[in-house]
Amino acid sequence: MSSRLRSNLWGYLFIGPFIIGFLAFTITPMLASLYFSFTEYGLFDAPKWIGFENYIKMFTEDPRYINSLKVTIIYVFAGVPLRLAFALLVAMLLNVGSRAVGWYRTLYYLPSLIGGSVAVAIMWRNIFGDDGIVNIALKSMGIDSIRWFGEPTAALWMLIFLSIWQFGSSMLIFLAGLKSIPASFYEAASVDGANFIQKFFRITLPMLSPVLLFNIIMQTISAFMTFVPAFIISKGTGGPLDGTLLYSLYLFKQGFEYFNMGYASAMAWVMLLIVAILTGIIFLTSKYWVHYESEGK
Amino acid sequence: MTKKRPQYFLYHILVGGFAVLLLYPVIWLFVSSFKESGDIFITAGSLIPNPFTLLNYAQGWEGFGGYGFGTFIKNTIVFVIWMLLGHLISCSLIAFGFARLKFVGRGFWFMIMLVTLMLPYEVVMIPQYIIFSELGWLNSLKPLVVPAFFGHPFFIFLLVQFIRTIPRELDEAATIDGANTFQIFYKVILPLIVPALATTAIFTFYWTWDNLLGPVLYLNSPEKYTVSMALNMFLSNETVSNWGAMFAMSIVTLVPVFVIFFIFQRYVVEGISTTGLKG
Repeated sequence: MSSRLRSNLWGYLFIGPFIIGFLAFTITPMLASLYFSFTEYGLFDAPKWIGFENYIKMFTEDPRYINSLKVTIIYVFAGVPLRLAFALLVAMLLNVGSRAVGWYRTLYYLPSLIGGSVAVAIMWRNIFGDDGIVNIALKSMGIDSIRWFGEPTAALWMLIFLSIWQFGSSMLIFLAGLKSIPASFYEAASVDGANFIQKFFRITLPMLSPVLLFNIIMQTISAFMTFVPAFIISKGTGGPLDGTLLYSLYLFKQGFEYFNMGYASAMAWVMLLIVAILTGIIFLTSKYWVHYESEGK
Repeated sequence: MTKKRPQYFLYHILVGGFAVLLLYPVIWLFVSSFKESGDIFITAGSLIPNPFTLLNYAQGWEGFGGYGFGTFIKNTIVFVIWMLLGHLISCSLIAFGFARLKFVGRGFWFMIMLVTLMLPYEVVMIPQYIIFSELGWLNSLKPLVVPAFFGHPFFIFLLVQFIRTIPRELDEAATIDGANTFQIFYKVILPLIVPALATTAIFTFYWTWDNLLGPVLYLNSPEKYTVSMALNMFLSNETVSNWGAMFAMSIVTLVPVFVIFFIFQRYVVEGISTTGLKG
């Protein structure tokens, strides 16, 4: 056996599981779901080809779909920037030489650690209840209590707050990024008379931009797919008045509650398209705002 | 950083106070789990359970459908063990292949792997469900754990990055000593990637422990429920009287997460800071 053949054989032996898994659990289901998206497919009957009907119906005849898209877009575009801004702010506060920072870092990370669990979603549901601690706090500040479960916008913001609350993992990433910025940059800027805001926009933000890009992409994608909090907090309904009917939840309901498997598949492909477009936009515009050190000046 | 005393004091008031504010809901959940169910929302503003009771824990532990909460914990541990086995074995093999072996199509497959990293699960969810139901795998852990034996892109990527930092001279020395490729993997690389495997194991634990969508899709009899599924059922059956039990069992499911974190904190923090894994 030639050594080239042998090394190819070893290579495919090792990555073989990935290829088999990719074919069986990713590409085959993907093609199947693409096919289903052009069919009417219930639980008991065979898929029936209907062309683009599912896609057309989504945007013309299904107000719940349009609403879930709207709700998800608000959730993503309010939640992700706020969460990242928060993460950056806290990371900068913690990027000091104090000995207590290790402790603070741990404390701030804890919400992120447990945030994806059902337990936390249950907790969130209860602190925002009519007699919950959020309303108690609002009242003590002289603000009228809010019926978080009575009004769609309030309910959606309750979900957004939960997402912001979990800023800890981004904060850790930013903290690592901040530590890698040489102190000499700031010292030189101070000598030149730069103030805090100038230093932030001219040094911190550009130096952090690759990390920021990565975080924006990954968090936008995962925010788009958020399921657990909406499912638990609304007890699977997406209510009130579909205010928390995030895309994933509506897709799940179409597929596994109403058994419109074809329609749900079409929804999944639109979701894939949206995620791909968003990622593309972030990548393409990144050359205007991401600064890689190796580029030089 | 040199700071004057008052400034230093102010910093800790601000940063420490904010941390307490952030964790207040968790503290509230913990304290409330020791209050009498009827009192939880009447005395929601107070952090002292009066009277203090363990009744919620006793009631919650009884579970439902004839199965105690212990059963759900046991099921989840079995689920976690299978996921750990699957991810550790498959991801280390695959990562070694990508990081160390030269073969035709390596770049192509690596790129495919990175793309699947960003693929929404929803796109494969329905056909996967149909495939697994055709195989007769519904109401079992198989649809959830079998795919784990074929790698997970996040962990493969993490391990590839880690293996690339190991000097190739070690592999070459082993080859001169007569080791074949598998022996290089097993005897040289594997012992050196233990920290990255620890990160893989910890995050596999977290994601499996918290996984709700999988169990909701595939498990439908109470004797097979995982803890997240059990909590979800608690919530669906929510009546005014069993808040306390639900809070108590919520705390029970959070304890292992905290314990693992405090034991292996270093790996968690490093895993996140170096790869952007989501906690």
